[in-house]
Amino acid sequence: MKIYVPLDSAAKALGADEVAAAIAAEAEARGLEIELIRNGTRGMVWLEPLVEVEDGGERLAYGPLTPAEVPALLDRTLDTLGRVEDMPFFARQTRLTFARCGLTDPLSLADYQAHGGLSGLRRALGMTAEAVVDEVKTSGLRGRGGAGFPTGIKWDTVRMAHASQKYIVCNADEGDSGTFADRMIIEGDPFCLIEGMIIAGLGTGATKGYVYLRSEYPVAIELLRQAIDIARADGVLGSSVLGSGRSFDMEVRVGAGAYVCGEETSLLNSLEGKRGVVRAKPPLPALEGFLGRPTVVNNVISLATVPVIFEKGAQHYADFGLGRSKGTIPVQIAGNVKYGGLFETAFGMPLGELVNDVAGGTASGRPVKAVQIGGPLGAYFATADFDTPFGYEEFDGQGGLIGHAGLVVFDDSADMLHMARFAMEFCAVESCGKCTPCRLGAVRGVETLDRIAAGDTGAVPLLTDLCEVMKDGSLCALGGFTPYPVLSALQRFPEEFGTVKEAAE
Amino acid sequence: MPRDIPQPEVDEIQSLIDAQLHLEGPLLPILHALQDAYGIVPVAAVPLIAAALNISRAEVHGVISFYHDFRSLPAGRHVVKICRAEACQAMGGAALADHALARLGVEWHGTTENGAVTLEPVYCLGLCACGPAAMVDGKLLGRVDADRLDRIIGEIEA
Ligand SMILES: Cc1cc2nc3c(=O)[nH]c(=O)nc-3n(C[C@H](O)[C@H](O)[C@H](O)COP(=O)(O)O)c2cc1C
Ligand code: FES
Repeated sequence: MKIYVPLDSAAKALGADEVAAAIAAEAEARGLEIELIRNGTRGMVWLEPLVEVEDGGERLAYGPLTPAEVPALLDRTLDTLGRVEDMPFFARQTRLTFARCGLTDPLSLADYQAHGGLSGLRRALGMTAEAVVDEVKTSGLRGRGGAGFPTGIKWDTVRMAHASQKYIVCNADEGDSGTFADRMIIEGDPFCLIEGMIIAGLGTGATKGYVYLRSEYPVAIELLRQAIDIARADGVLGSSVLGSGRSFDMEVRVGAGAYVCGEETSLLNSLEGKRGVVRAKPPLPALEGFLGRPTVVNNVISLATVPVIFEKGAQHYADFGLGRSKGTIPVQIAGNVKYGGLFETAFGMPLGELVNDVAGGTASGRPVKAVQIGGPLGAYFATADFDTPFGYEEFDGQGGLIGHAGLVVFDDSADMLHMARFAMEFCAVESCGKCTPCRLGAVRGVETLDRIAAGDTGAVPLLTDLCEVMKDGSLCALGGFTPYPVLSALQRFPEEFGTVKEAAE
Repeated sequence: MPRDIPQPEVDEIQSLIDAQLHLEGPLLPILHALQDAYGIVPVAAVPLIAAALNISRAEVHGVISFYHDFRSLPAGRHVVKICRAEACQAMGGAALADHALARLGVEWHGTTENGAVTLEPVYCLGLCACGPAAMVDGKLLGRVDADRLDRIIGEIEA
């Protein structure tokens, strides 16, 4: 009998370690032979700790499980949720990037390969660098870190740059509230990220990789380090990747609690051991990145999607999606929702379907009021915008952005003026200080919103002017996009700013 | 109760620095290693790091002060981090944070007078589907409410 208890941070935060300990103790007391596997999460966070028991060819789910229920679990008298694959939240998904997450033992390379792992890499090893990059271009994959830049084009720039050393830098800074896809895949399927980074190396001629992982993710840091050691010991990483004679190695670097270090140039400065201030572009990191050398900077999900593209073929991936948003997107459903977690689906699902059907509305049972999409720099959407299909261009058309695809749902008790103020406050705390519109603008923004809160509606035009200056004058999207949550809150909920809708528009 | 500031030996600091020097961009790994060892980045380390990396002391200091994680004064015996970010706010995180501030009688980053508990804000722990989230001495907690927080603080305060 195999018993799976997730080691995912969210599962741990809801008691998975205590459940795992109870299972081990109870099995021992009964003299029962079990294999206890700490897997990743299946992504249904409201059911964590979600435990699966595999016995007689059947794998059944139980949850949320408490230590007190463990005897009944082992008696097999506990009510089961059935097979995870049959549960509506799961059955509706298209799992490409997250196909293995929660299914396999994250640290078993054998399990990884039994579920399609490394077949993409084997295929890429037989291709020229140019063909590798072309495959990524054909897939239509766009950066999942926020900007949505075509990954293949970025790789091509690095491929064509001449240098004795090039780098693949994985951006695992995941600072956006409402997002956890990077953490989930690193904890649940770390070899997938490793494989993606190696393929990126093959496509660009880079032989060294770094994963810049935020310090707020201790579980992911530990797991990825272990996975890298295992991959190296088994010849997946090192001087001859899978015996090919091609070399690639990588290491984890831990951040130090600065949101702005998710911005790629700031991240590179931090990796070099400098203050995490933003660099002016050009030069592009692709040409002058880490230590001034050509560098791919990609988000975790961008890189972890590469193996399945090579395993199943670029066209297979590109056949999913909507318009120029090809493939699938792991939507992270968070905040005040009934069913929170990770939902991977082809681009194109309307926002309202995600919030009302998939997420089941609010946890509080009150009406949905607003949804912030794309992290602290993302716009607030109202229910009137719910027919917007999930796609880069479609969200842009609504004055928003997908960002890293986190949805934060608020019920009708949300105070939108307060949320706008928080956006400015966060920008002030996290500004790297290099440019004035962001450093000072955010502080003035907090003050201006306080004036509005005190009843001074005359300050509203001042706020919109300030936002224009921040948008146009900031060096990076921290200052440049903080106006998104602020102005969207003002435009969609003008009554909370003491102004009527007409005045705000 | 004043907290003792660790005063490690120069040799010991030096060996922690030296162990990272083979890395490309060793400064953050050095600072993490020192903080892991002593709970702070000791003032005495600054000139040693500057010499080892051939940069100015001001530059070293500039880097240390840029990042929220690095401390020059030790934290309390226990550290409570509460998520202040949006997804947790949507689940009542702001009220939980206010409760913690009042319960401990400190400001953010402050330590209780008996040196037992330091309260830190954190902007997202990646637990946004089970907020409000907190971390107590490295242990992650989801769906935290005021009662549960009081119980936990009660246990570590003693
Ligand atoms: C303030 C700020 C924070 C950012 N944080 C992240 C982050 O945590 N993770 C990430 O992948 N990209 C982040 N980005 C976007 C990166 O600058 C960059 O576009 C991305 O890493 C490129 O990878 P991709 O093309 O695979 O998306 C951030 C940008 C800004 C302006
Ligand atoms: S917003 Fe609190 S854990 Fe993400």
